[in-house]
Amino acid sequence: MQIPYEVSARPDTGLYNAKLGIWLFLASEVMLFGGLFSAYVFLRVGADDGYWPHGLLNVPIGFMNTLILIASSVTVVLAWASLKMRQWSKYKLYMGATIVCGVIFLVVKLSIEWPQKFVHFGAFIKKDRWEQYEVYLGNKHLAEKGLAPRPEITGHLEAIEVSASADAVKTFASDHELEVKPAEAKESGESALVVEAKHAEDGVSPRTAEKLLRLPGVKPVAFEVKLDEINADPDNPENDRPHFIPRSLSEKVAKIKYDDISSWSSFAPKHSSYFAVYFTITGLHGLHVLAGVIVFCYFFFFGEKLYRKNPEHMANRVEVGGLFWHFVDLVWIFVFPIFYLL
Amino acid sequence: MATEASTHDHGHGHEPGHDHGHEDHHELGWWRTYVFSTDHKTIGIQYGLTGLVFLFFGFLLMLVMRWQLAHPGVPVPKIGWLLQAIFGDSAFMTDPQTGVKGVLTSAGYNSFGAMHGTIMVFFGIVPIAFAAFGNFVVPLQIGAPDMTFPRINMASYWSFFISCVIMSVSFFVPGGAAKSGWTSYPPLAGIADLSMDHPLMNGQTLWLIGMIFNITASLLGSVNFIATIIQLRAPGMTWMRLPFFVWAQFITAFLLLLAFPPLEAAGVMQTMDRAFGTSFFMPTGLIVNGHLADWSGGGSPILWQHLFWFLAHPEVYVLILPGIGMVAEVIACNTRKPLYGYKAMVGAIFVLGFLSFIVWAHHMYMTGMGAKVSGFFQTTTIIISVPSVILVTALMLSLWGGSIRFTPAMLFATTFLPMFGIGGLTGIPLAFNAVDLYLHDTYYIIGHFHYVVAPGTIFAIFAGIYHWYPKATGRMLNTTLAHLHFWPSLIFINGIFTPMFFQGMAGVHRRWYDGGATFQQIINPVIHWNNFMSVSAFFLALAQLPFIFNFFWSMFAGKKVPNDNPWDATTVEWDTPTPPGHGNFIKPITVYRGPYEYSVPGADKDYTPQTEPPKADKTVTAPDLLGATPAPAH
Repeated sequence: MQIPYEVSARPDTGLYNAKLGIWLFLASEVMLFGGLFSAYVFLRVGADDGYWPHGLLNVPIGFMNTLILIASSVTVVLAWASLKMRQWSKYKLYMGATIVCGVIFLVVKLSIEWPQKFVHFGAFIKKDRWEQYEVYLGNKHLAEKGLAPRPEITGHLEAIEVSASADAVKTFASDHELEVKPAEAKESGESALVVEAKHAEDGVSPRTAEKLLRLPGVKPVAFEVKLDEINADPDNPENDRPHFIPRSLSEKVAKIKYDDISSWSSFAPKHSSYFAVYFTITGLHGLHVLAGVIVFCYFFFFGEKLYRKNPEHMANRVEVGGLFWHFVDLVWIFVFPIFYLL
Repeated sequence: MATEASTHDHGHGHEPGHDHGHEDHHELGWWRTYVFSTDHKTIGIQYGLTGLVFLFFGFLLMLVMRWQLAHPGVPVPKIGWLLQAIFGDSAFMTDPQTGVKGVLTSAGYNSFGAMHGTIMVFFGIVPIAFAAFGNFVVPLQIGAPDMTFPRINMASYWSFFISCVIMSVSFFVPGGAAKSGWTSYPPLAGIADLSMDHPLMNGQTLWLIGMIFNITASLLGSVNFIATIIQLRAPGMTWMRLPFFVWAQFITAFLLLLAFPPLEAAGVMQTMDRAFGTSFFMPTGLIVNGHLADWSGGGSPILWQHLFWFLAHPEVYVLILPGIGMVAEVIACNTRKPLYGYKAMVGAIFVLGFLSFIVWAHHMYMTGMGAKVSGFFQTTTIIISVPSVILVTALMLSLWGGSIRFTPAMLFATTFLPMFGIGGLTGIPLAFNAVDLYLHDTYYIIGHFHYVVAPGTIFAIFAGIYHWYPKATGRMLNTTLAHLHFWPSLIFINGIFTPMFFQGMAGVHRRWYDGGATFQQIINPVIHWNNFMSVSAFFLALAQLPFIFNFFWSMFAGKKVPNDNPWDATTVEWDTPTPPGHGNFIKPITVYRGPYEYSVPGADKDYTPQTEPPKADKTVTAPDLLGATPAPAH
């Protein structure tokens, strides 16, 4: 049994089956990402003043990824055109280039952009304690200029001060390459300890900190944070607006009392609505890129047999895959400005 | 005459796929024929059987709940110990006074209620009405050899199957199945059964993952349906010659295609909330059990409601449109006259499909969206009743002047009209903000939408089963058993749902675990209905036994179909051998006429199949498709 219009177009619709199918599928994809983007709008509009962060992403890297995806959209069209002209070797060249672009995009995402987020530390200060951290937040300065307040202190976690017996944290510390020292000034009767990294420049990863604080008998007292430039010098007018390239860490270390914090974490999805949407959308987009790369690899390595048998069918396949690829590209064209620039 | 051309193979009626040697050059193995099949008919039957099992399972969940509502705190008689053994101690407990096992707990009640809704909607009605009938009937009705993407079609069923497994398993994880209602409103759903040690193995997370698979299945199916209807219509099958059922499936597929993805997005987000601690739907300052919850906050529970109802309102039309389509087919065939106002019905179903996307927030009047937003959705909701009324009126008028054959299918189809009418008309007061504030979440709502879906869609499904069963199996269903199924079903289903209106208007809330015993002094005049409804539900279950017996018994011992077209129908699916083999048609199909040429004046019999070429020597006038002049009865 042969299903009609698998390769040639149906005269009255002008489409072969798969082309119609992919357009319908893309319509549903528009609604899928539309749902996520509408969540972005909803959460951003509903966020309290100052609670939607800016300038936390690396714009040059994002821009480079944008260019890479756009380039891959061009090469996939050229791959399709080569097949239409029955030039198999050129097809291999362009399809290979497309796959390489997709892989570079994913590698940049997974090895540079995402991992950086999971080692950065951020703590939101309770609103009624902003006064005490004015020197890091600079909210008076921002208020004078009519700008949104800054509720969060960010940087790298240097050490955690806990109240616990030395035994309670000993094994954990040696398992995680941490060092435990007695705290200098005891505020309460309990024994206070400072937990820091063996090699000071590593810092403590926020994830390790979470695990530490979940140990029985360990109570958090304070965080020592090596500040981001923006919190080290908050009144500097240069820091009023976010920078496209996140500036390096300062040398300043701030101590934040645990009681003054409303929530803290790495820049993981749970950190804030912003990172929740960021990771969900870029994650889902990344899965689409991965799917595209896998399909293109199949076309690249196993396409020749079909090409020799029915070149038009092979060209159709690449066209359909290309339509999907363009859609994935288009999603990124929305993702880049709304997360990196706006 | 095509109808008598191919009756050579009736002896093999119970062996679909093995009887038409003309197509099968290579024999597929048992697994590829019956399990991992790409044949649209097999997939349709797979969807149908799975859906029927879940439909019955969802009904049994409700029977247990109805026992609890009528006899709060009393162990389920006879099988209480068994239920407790199966569903565990979170759902059932031992009566502290008598020591008898099988008292439904409040957690169990919530869980059964949530799963009843989920299973009935996403695992019962949609798989049967859309996927099963759509898969089986649509390609046959448009004269196609199969769906456009047979392998994607198989992937759709197996994705659905995985979702069925996940949903079933969720009853047996610690804490039991999802218990935050079929709507899964956060923040309640966000915190339900959340133990950080098992972020995945709990009822609500499994619900979300199951739904993501279910949605994926629907998306694959709907792409396939639309592409099939656009691309694979037989020569001559123009748009206005499509049977109305195909139109209904076409619009339904678009609703699924475009409305389901936002719920998939929302499902991913709620899974993130539960598994990774994000705050999409978790508001700032959420207090759980007296402690500030461990979420960063900043999320919006209302966002979930918007995304959920953006799906779930079109979903209501996904539930009803295939039903209307089936009823239209059955009515046209059994009144022996064309549908009244075919073109108006097609127009109405288009308008209905479009409007269904802009009415969703009428489920959310209680959230305080503001008068302007409520006003907008109130207006669109009233407008959408116009195309619905056009459809029902056209079907009602189609009965006018017909010579009606009350076959079992026709009994269910004609009953559908007043039942759906009651469901629709009781919905109109709910469209108004002011009335809805009072009736929101009462049994009035339950009565309203169950009238639409239960004696509405499910009766339409029964009509469809009685109508197309001979084509699928080659045997007729027993008529006496069908009457034993129909009449008690009609009586008892009304016995369940009519008192709900009385209770709802008196203020009985839909989620009371004890049937309102706590609020007895307020609802005293209506509380006695609980018993009546529960007894009716029990008898409704008994009334399904003749059907279940009939369904399986007739497969092997039913009366064989007299020919390929036992109902003397016009549409193309009756031109296939019975049951149709792989590839469906034994000869190329060409369509020459509209779908409902019944009782055409001057024709030599009272139906003219769509595939019958016009006679050269005699002019056959096509009936007025708008139905302005009623065709004379023959």
